[in-house]
Order: sequence, then structure tokens, then C-alpha cells
Amino acid sequence: MSMFLETLIGGLLAGTMYSLVAIGFVLIYKASGVFNYAQGSILLFGALTFVSLTGQGVPAPVAIAITIALLVLMAIAIEKLLLRPLTNRSPMTLFMATLGLSYLIEAVAQGIMGSQVRALDLGIDDLPIFVGDIMISQFDLIAAGVALALGIGLSLLFNRTRIGIQLRGVADDTRAALSLGIDINRIWQIVWAVAGVVGLVAGLLWGARQGVQFSLSLVVLKALPVLIIGGFTSIAGAIVGGLVVGAGESLAETYLGPFLGGGITPWFAYALALVFLFIRPAGLFGERQIERV
Amino acid sequence: MTTPARPALQVKNVSLSFKGVKAISDLSFQVEAREICALIGPNGAGKSSLLNILNGVYVPDAGDIIFEGEHFRRMEPLEAARRGIGRGFQNNALFSGMSVIDNVITGLSRHSRLTLVEEMFRLPRARNEERRFRERAHEVLRLFGLDRHAATIVGTLPYGVQKKVELARAVVAEPRLVLLDEPLAGMNAAEKQEIATVIGRLNRDLGLTIVLIEHDIGIVLELAHHVVVLDYGRKLADGPPETIRDNPDVIAAYLGSERTEIAA
Ligand SMILES: Nc1ncnc2c1ncn2[C@@H]1O[C@H](COP(=O)(O)OP(=O)(O)OP(=O)(O)O)[C@@H](O)[C@H]1O
Ligand SMILES: [Mg+2]
Repeated sequence: MSMFLETLIGGLLAGTMYSLVAIGFVLIYKASGVFNYAQGSILLFGALTFVSLTGQGVPAPVAIAITIALLVLMAIAIEKLLLRPLTNRSPMTLFMATLGLSYLIEAVAQGIMGSQVRALDLGIDDLPIFVGDIMISQFDLIAAGVALALGIGLSLLFNRTRIGIQLRGVADDTRAALSLGIDINRIWQIVWAVAGVVGLVAGLLWGARQGVQFSLSLVVLKALPVLIIGGFTSIAGAIVGGLVVGAGESLAETYLGPFLGGGITPWFAYALALVFLFIRPAGLFGERQIERV
Repeated sequence: MTTPARPALQVKNVSLSFKGVKAISDLSFQVEAREICALIGPNGAGKSSLLNILNGVYVPDAGDIIFEGEHFRRMEPLEAARRGIGRGFQNNALFSGMSVIDNVITGLSRHSRLTLVEEMFRLPRARNEERRFRERAHEVLRLFGLDRHAATIVGTLPYGVQKKVELARAVVAEPRLVLLDEPLAGMNAAEKQEIATVIGRLNRDLGLTIVLIEHDIGIVLELAHHVVVLDYGRKLADGPPETIRDNPDVIAAYLGSERTEIAA
């Protein structure tokens, strides 16, 4: 029993890291209907900028502030140079544009900061903590706490402030939002900036785990099944989806792994997502598309 | 000494087509300040398209729009809202997952004077504005008898109540001109009369200039100071309601079998 609990808890905690990545996608998808392929590159860019700065001896808080400032500038540039000219284009066109954007960001990041693997030390020791006879990773626990705090902060932002009300308006009916005087370009800038900061947090935590290197941008591949399970339009869905994937992977690895010869983690999330696609295509928290006439 | 009143809105030689199909052909008319101008005509006559041009959702192929003395080749929706053109849509365009009060607060967006930083960090000016907006939204909800629904999620309310919320959202920002697309559609007689009374009061008491699309001729004759009749994108008639009622072209094209009802 304690083995089961330990596996489950470890999986859930790891799952919050997936949630963090997925939240960045949900924000942008909600506000601008774009599946932002570049989210992984933005995540990488944030983490890389941070390690490069601290590598130069810049104190961590200053490095964070500079990185956030850069991400905000990047969001404004993306909105002005990419989203605005492509207003009213098909989702596929926008998706292709973010694909291009991801290469651009990675090329720039590589050009300036080089391509070697860098260690990222957030000063959190990965010591095991024992609760009874269940072992929990301290790092995972802190990462989960950060993800939770971010989730709560974002839902306060979107449910309690006028920016949030406007954002939900834009997400629900862009034409009506515009006609009421909501500046959707500004909303997009805000959302891309917030998604960038969420990406930075995710990038730092993942980077601390596996080093900051270019494969970091591939964590987006982990986000896709999370989004399918949780729905593309719900932050709560991203969190729950991440937990489901994390717990599922961890339990499957432990209990099914021995029968299937191990190596389940790379594909299990996708198999799970497929099952969800059959039983609940809009995801757990997704809104069913309702046709307006 | 009297200065000649400037019309609130002039539409000059406006045309619009969709992939070769003419929706509006060379249309001109004007709306005086403080009047209710009803836009009537059969289905597909181009009424909604015209409202969409007036607040910039559609771009006309030709023509000019003169709003409060300023010329526009085209409007931008955001620009139109900022200049005080309010809008209600034919298909309920409320934000259905939000509360009634939040929906109405979005209607005040054009009055926001906050910088991004103030808003993100909820600085005193931001909290101040938020409080003022909330108070103003409550005021308008009271006017519409909607105060008890303030916290209700809009999508859960009956259709007739939703249409009232949409009207409240369209007028909360004290627009200079409101464009209403069939605000009474789908309501029962009692609800229609209630909303018609509210619209009449907004016009009379607050001096609101209104362009209104409505199929119910009884309501149009009751409310409008001025009627413009469209048919296949062309203007068929334009004048005070009395003359429209008796215009043979209008009767032939639009009113048809309803003739007797109107004469009565
Ligand atoms: N977005 C669009 N794309 C293509 N055609 C359109 C579009 N909007 C309107 N039309 C066409 O333009 C013409 C006028 O439509 P419009 O909606 O303005 O009519 P209406 O007078 O509002 O009719 P109703 O009384 O049914 O609301 C119709 O033939 C319609 O099919
Ligand atoms: Mg219409």
C-alpha cells in the first residue's frame, strides 16, 4: 500500500510540472485561439536567459527581473509583428506562424547564448522527505507548491480583475468584445506576456531537473496530452490534466512496466490522451464548441 | 438665434457586397441627434450589414460615414466604441459564462483610462476605477430592473432577461449613438412592451440617439421618429412613420398582407 501511495504522490507532484507547461498554452489558446507551438521555445528562452545572466555573476533576483522584462518585450513584439498582421486568418495559418516563431526564438537564443548544456541550481536540494514510511521528493513538493500558487494567482487575475473580465470577453466573442471598446491587441500582449512568465517558471523548474539545453523546448510534447485530457481552454483543466498524466505515468511505469519491459513513460501519456479523445473529445474541462448563427 | 442642428450620423452612397452579391447598394440617409431611427425591411435586406458597417465590423466597398461631423471611409470597431457608438447584436452576443454585472462592466471599457502597469498591479487608480465602474453598472441594472440578477451567470437566465442585459451593456457607457439589432426579437408581448418602454425612456430622458432594427411594425410606429425602409440593399423609403405606413412601395414590398393590420 505504501508503495502504491508513494508512486501515486510522486506522480501527482511530477504532474504539476506538466500542468505548468500546459497552462502557458491554455492562456494563449483561450485569448487568441492560437495553438502556440512556440511556447516551448519561449520556455527555453526564459530559462536560458536566466542561466546566462546568473552565469555572468548577475544576482538571481535581478536576472529574473531582466528575463521577465525581455519576455514582456517579446510578447509586445509578437503581438505587433505577428498576430496583428494575421488577424482573421485561419487557425492553421496562425499555427504555422508560431512554428516559424519557435525556430526564430531558438536560433536567436542559440546565437547569443550558445548551445552547451548548463546546470541550473535553484538552491533547492532534492532531499527525500519521509511522511510515515512514504518518501516524497522535496524538489517535487516545492515545484508543486509553485505550480499551485501560480494557478491560484492566475485564476484571481482572470476572475477578479477587469483585465480578466476583458480577457474572458475576448475569448468568448471577439467581435462583441471589440464593439464594446475592449482593446484586443492590448489583451493579447498581456496574455502573451503572462504566458511567457508562466513559461519562465516552468523552464526554471524543468531546467533545474534536467539542465538547461535545447531539448528543454521539447517539454511541449508533454503538454499536448495534458491539453487533450484537460481541455484547451481551462486552467483548471490544465492542472487536473497534468496531475492525471503525472500519476498515470508513474503508476503505469511501476505496475505495468515490468510486464511490458519498461520504457512506458515516453508513450503512456499519449495512449491515455487517445482514450480521452474517444470518451470526452472536448477534454475534462473543455467547452463544447457551440455554433453561432 | 438658433444654430442648425448637426445630424448625429450621415451615411453617404454606401455599398457593400459579399463575393459579388450586393448586400447594400448606394445607400444614403441621415440620423438626427436625439432621434430614434428605425431600420426596417424583409429578411436579407441588409439591415444588420449596415449596422456592422456603422461600427466597423464590415468594411464598405464605397461610400462615406460621417459621425458627428467627422468623415470616415471606414470605421474600426475599437475606434467606433471609443467615439461612443454602442452596439447590440442580433444574435445574443453576451459573454455567457460571466455574471450579469461583469457583462455590463465590459460595456464600460471605452471609459477606461488605466495604464497597463496600474491595471496589472491594481494600483489605487485601478481600484478606484473598478469601484466606479461597478457602481455605474449597478445603476444601469437598477434602471432595467435587473439588480437582483447581478451575480447570476448570464447564460443561465431566460432569453428575455438576457436581451435586457445586452441592452444594458450597450447603453451603460452613455454612448452618443446606439445601434440595436432586433432587441425585442423572440420576446413575448409583455416583455416587448417593457423593453420598448425602456428604449423610449432612454431616448426621451437621456437624449440617446438610437438606430433600431425591428420587425414588429406596431413597435416601430410607437417608438420611431424616423423610419428607413430597405429592400435588397436599396433604400425604398425614408421619412416619418406616418408617411411610411401609407407608402404604396413599402406596402407592396414589405408589409404585403399585413396591410389591413396596419390600416387598422
Ligand atoms: N458575413 C457575411 N458573409 C456573406 N454574406 C453575408 C454576410 N453577412 C450578410 N450577408 C448577406 O448579405 C445580405 C444581407 O444580410 P443582412 O444580415 O444584412 O440582412 P438583414 O436585413 O439583417 O436580415 P434579417 O432581417 O434576416 O436579419 C444577405 O443576403 C446575407 O446573406
Ligand atoms: Mg439582421
